[in-house]
Amino acid sequence: MQTTINSGEATRDVQSPAMKWLAACRVEDVPGDGGACVLLGGEQIAIFYFSRRDQWYATENRCPHKQQMVLSRGMTGSAGPDSEPKVACPFHKKTFSLRTGECLSGEDYRVRTYPVKVKNGKVYIGFPW
Amino acid sequence: MSNGSLPVVVVIGNGMVGHRFCEKLRKSGEFRIIVFGEEPRFAYDRVHLSEYFSGKSASELSLSMAGWFDDEEVVLHLGDPIREIDRQQQLVHSSKGVVQRYDYLVLATGSSAFVPDIPGIEKEGVFVYRTIEDLDKIKAYAARVKTGAVMGGGLLGLEAAKALLDLGIANPHVIEFAPRLMPRQIDSAGSHALESSLRKLGLQIHLNKTTQSIEGSGRIEALEFADESRLHIDMLVISAGIRPRDELARLAGLSVGTRGGILVNEKLQTSDKRIFAIGECALAQGMIYGLVAPGYEMADVVATNLSGGNKSFTGYDMSTKLKLIGVDVASFGDPFAAEPDCGTIVFEDRHKGIYKRINVSQDGKYLIGGVLIGDAAAYNILLQTVNNRLVLPPDPAALILGHREGGSEGAGVMSLPDEALICSCESVTKAAICNAVTDKQVTTLDAMKKCTKAGTGCGGCIPLVKDLITATMKAGGMYVRNVICEHFDHSRQELFDLVKLHNVHTYNEALAHWGKGDGCEVCKPVVASIMASLWSETAVKQPIIQDSNDRYLANIQKGGSYSVVPRIPGGEITPEKLIVLGKVAKKYNLYTKITGGQRIDLFGAHVGDLPDIWEELIEAGFESGHAYGKALRTVKSCVGSTWCRFGLHDSVSFAIEIEERYRGIRAPHKIKGGVSGCIRECAEAQGKDFGIIATEKGWNLYVCGNGGSRPQHAQLLATDIDAATCVKYLDRFLMFYIKTADPLTRTATWLNKMDGGMSYLKNVVINDSLGMNQQWEEEMQTLVDSYKCEWKEVVENPELRKRFSHFVNAPRKKDPELQFDNMRGQIKAQEW
Repeated sequence: MQTTINSGEATRDVQSPAMKWLAACRVEDVPGDGGACVLLGGEQIAIFYFSRRDQWYATENRCPHKQQMVLSRGMTGSAGPDSEPKVACPFHKKTFSLRTGECLSGEDYRVRTYPVKVKNGKVYIGFPW
Repeated sequence: MSNGSLPVVVVIGNGMVGHRFCEKLRKSGEFRIIVFGEEPRFAYDRVHLSEYFSGKSASELSLSMAGWFDDEEVVLHLGDPIREIDRQQQLVHSSKGVVQRYDYLVLATGSSAFVPDIPGIEKEGVFVYRTIEDLDKIKAYAARVKTGAVMGGGLLGLEAAKALLDLGIANPHVIEFAPRLMPRQIDSAGSHALESSLRKLGLQIHLNKTTQSIEGSGRIEALEFADESRLHIDMLVISAGIRPRDELARLAGLSVGTRGGILVNEKLQTSDKRIFAIGECALAQGMIYGLVAPGYEMADVVATNLSGGNKSFTGYDMSTKLKLIGVDVASFGDPFAAEPDCGTIVFEDRHKGIYKRINVSQDGKYLIGGVLIGDAAAYNILLQTVNNRLVLPPDPAALILGHREGGSEGAGVMSLPDEALICSCESVTKAAICNAVTDKQVTTLDAMKKCTKAGTGCGGCIPLVKDLITATMKAGGMYVRNVICEHFDHSRQELFDLVKLHNVHTYNEALAHWGKGDGCEVCKPVVASIMASLWSETAVKQPIIQDSNDRYLANIQKGGSYSVVPRIPGGEITPEKLIVLGKVAKKYNLYTKITGGQRIDLFGAHVGDLPDIWEELIEAGFESGHAYGKALRTVKSCVGSTWCRFGLHDSVSFAIEIEERYRGIRAPHKIKGGVSGCIRECAEAQGKDFGIIATEKGWNLYVCGNGGSRPQHAQLLATDIDAATCVKYLDRFLMFYIKTADPLTRTATWLNKMDGGMSYLKNVVINDSLGMNQQWEEEMQTLVDSYKCEWKEVVENPELRKRFSHFVNAPRKKDPELQFDNMRGQIKAQEW
């Protein structure tokens, strides 16, 4: 089954030529202060939108603890004095920094993160060429 | 390569100790590290290997290498053992033909299973227990056979027996050559206590048995013993000790011990000063250290010395605590010290399988060592007492008698000296932990793990770390305030009142008023619950602040599928509705199971199918069962006076009335109820948050019971009351609980923490001592009147239905990773 956006419109970006940007979804597909999952180039990517700061983040959808495709369904939030943006896995509440992918619950897991940009109401995820 | 000029350290062996060495050394940034491993996979946690059978995956056992390859600090050659060390030219030759020069060489080759030379040992069905590959072979073979035995009654042997149990081998045999189990770690009386506990758990233990031969044509069929007895078995796992892997060292002409092991000095240098040996392959201080902690210490010594430090390895405390098949086993200090060198104090409870022994110096001042079987709760503090030569209390027997609850332990930890080693895996002292609390305001366990790494290894010290954090905070006059989380400086009860007073209706408003940052997974559901109670809100209104289960109005299960539980009030259901459940389950390929609360749970639903499933259920007259929420679950009932010859009143009708009254009401935690038609109590109402039991004159009302890990009986609140009074009391009780309990606190714990306990609660609910009852009854009535089924809301609203898809950019596509296995004719979630 071919999905609408899965085929992806890759665009080259003059500012970051090392990235290809794939259109993931529309801005309104991601709930404010929550997450949503997209299928992009065969990979499951979790996209998060922090409405209060108007910031976007993306990680792999897989929680490295039990290898479950659920991070997009996790609760977002922040940790520490610097308000590190984070998401908590719904299964065992392991939390991950959305900036670095580092596990913030004191364990050595890590999730992959992706750059995000928004243009004309669409959300784009950056992959290395 | 930019760092080509750095000195090269080659590590042979990619086990836990080798891994630890790389982890320590790479942080210096002064070396190129090249690892050659024989096994095809990344280093993994061998200590917890038996968990591989109880469900852990190989990748979970993997040790982390976060950041290792960032700057090419470490190069790994997996599945490529070294076959030769050329000491003259400082080269190693790998099996795949890699030739690598080294400045320093570290041998971390570990050990192999010792396989005794018994005729028939080569037969099919005989295994060793050492690597994940061994485990895979055991797993595959065990699936085809019924009986099995382990040779060796030591630590590893008992672990292997546990593995066989987990693999479905009923009553596995343990064959031990010595007259008792674990002879190296625990004393004879302790062995016997352990033995009888293990027998109760289904192990068949054979002591004093020398295996003469392994019988069978091609594959193992029986063991033949020296006493001419025989044991018929289908498989055998050998776990009779370890043998250091010193063959490479021998080949290279390094000195080895007469009984194996690479000879090293205090710096863990072999007879070649450029070559080190660490872990189970090293013979240090005349000993092979077969535990991971001393191996880690050796790794630390070599890494420190290579980076310019100065450390020695002068032996290691072999104290250990573990859980063998659910039985606590610990030994510390010198467990075998005996009179006349010391006095021993022994406590034994054969009924519970508990044995405790402590060895106390002759003058009664110091603890020398001891053994704990069946209950090792006191292990940490006893070990600290030995290691720090703490002076004992006048009656040292108190150390092993009775329970050591809260206060005394808290005081105990603060009496430890600053240099007391709390976390031996990560070498964290008491001072380091206390300083983190006072200087860096580290006040949570997670933060402490990050700051000091304490508790991130085996985890055994975690209770001690927590006690130290609390005790240090109290000692420093820090107010141990009961706040929700870092974002709200209020308790749940305070926030409840604030939200009400200021008429706040959204999470973001609450955060703006009283919080900071972006909130988190702790405070969001708390605020959601408060708003549900105050404003009669369903979980549909603010989905993203709900716990994941509330957001999707279903219970997430392994694999990411959901389970669906329609309400079946009082457990009463018509045949027509049963048929609908069956049809829906069949149509959506769901696994069905009866729950403990007299309902039917349908498992394995794809998130995208949930609205369709509920559309059909609602069509047939079902409504949400709120099994996903911190809310009323079920009111369980017995069949009562309508059918039962003993029944005094109609318990089913009353249960239905109550369940329908409180359905959908959110609370700090789940609430369960029960109604029994007579004193026989078939509804188990006294195990619920509220339980109602029929009497000749009316109903008895019990409150604050729960099942779960710490079961607690409900306590009697009122006797012989009529149904209307019962409902009134319940209204008050539930509102009191909803408003004042801390997050995720069941009614039993809430009552346990309440000053004055049950008599206070009675006074509030029955005598209206707070003057709140009228208000609570009105508030409850508002909640009852405004109930609506949240699934009905979703099913009828196309916008809400859209939330239920796995991919927002491909709404109809299901998660391709979600797969099911089959079991007994139904689907089953795949193991994770």
